[in-house]
Amino acid sequence: MNLTSDQVVLWHYGFMKLNETILTTWVMMILMTLGARLITRKLLSEGVISRWQGALEIIVTGIEKQIRDVGLSQAVKYLPFLGTLFLFVATCSLCIVIPGFKPPTGSLSTTAALALCVFVAVPLFGISEQGFVSYLKTYTQPTIIMLPFNIISELSRTLALAVRLFGNMMSGVMIVGILLTITPFLFPIVMTALGLLTGMVQAYIFSILAGVYIAAATQSAKPKLNRHARNKKDLYG
Amino acid sequence: MDSTTVVAVVSIASAGLTIGIGCMCPALGEGRAVATALTSLAQQPDASSTITRTLFVGLAMIESLAIYCFVVSMILIFANPFWSHVISQTGGK
Repeated sequence: MNLTSDQVVLWHYGFMKLNETILTTWVMMILMTLGARLITRKLLSEGVISRWQGALEIIVTGIEKQIRDVGLSQAVKYLPFLGTLFLFVATCSLCIVIPGFKPPTGSLSTTAALALCVFVAVPLFGISEQGFVSYLKTYTQPTIIMLPFNIISELSRTLALAVRLFGNMMSGVMIVGILLTITPFLFPIVMTALGLLTGMVQAYIFSILAGVYIAAATQSAKPKLNRHARNKKDLYG
Repeated sequence: MDSTTVVAVVSIASAGLTIGIGCMCPALGEGRAVATALTSLAQQPDASSTITRTLFVGLAMIESLAIYCFVVSMILIFANPFWSHVISQTGGK
């Protein structure tokens, strides 16, 4: 039994290998890009909008509201990154209803790539919001002794993001596979339905956690500013 | 018992132990978290959206511990590096 879809090599030429993960990832990406392109080709801002545009607007405004609830007030700035993460993971886990489809998120390479995106994006957003020096200073908060622990937490949460998504998706596929050999009809369907729920929850959690990390990186200087302003007011007032 | 049997026995037994103990402790933690969240929801229904979101994030954190154990036990059963090593050692002879 294959643990991940990485081990299914469909085509190889020299050192280049085309495994099932890459294929399904690209198929998902092409499908999502083409779908979004087709829907947004004729956008209307007034009158009767098409049903597809309505659905897309619900998704986009829903994601934007969730990002704002995390504490990122400029939600539109982070919407492309976090929304893409959510939509990719969610679509991958929704497609497990297609027989024979193995979600690309059920492979550690895909989830590690997604987690690395978060790992790179968090300092970038933090620097663009706070400036380079004051972002680096957040690593020494509250004291300089915490510097190694802050760096370790940065690395370990990236690992946790990757392994959590991988474990959940892989376990869904694997449990259905094992149950198919034991109780062929009823239980695999029930577990697939449960897998749909877990997949959506994992997509939500992945993007929300990325949002929480970005919020922590961009806003850690804000409370100090407020306190400073309050002190100044006390001094002058 | 030769070394192949020892590796097989230890792998299978530790896979079972890993998933058993590794499910039990996070389950206790998740139960406590959900119970506290339900109490807070009953006390402050207005804050339900914040509580629910924080609960989901926290549950994901706790659940990831169980997922680590699951991944380790799956590796022990289906992709055991020690087992492959032993097989490649003895298979050649």
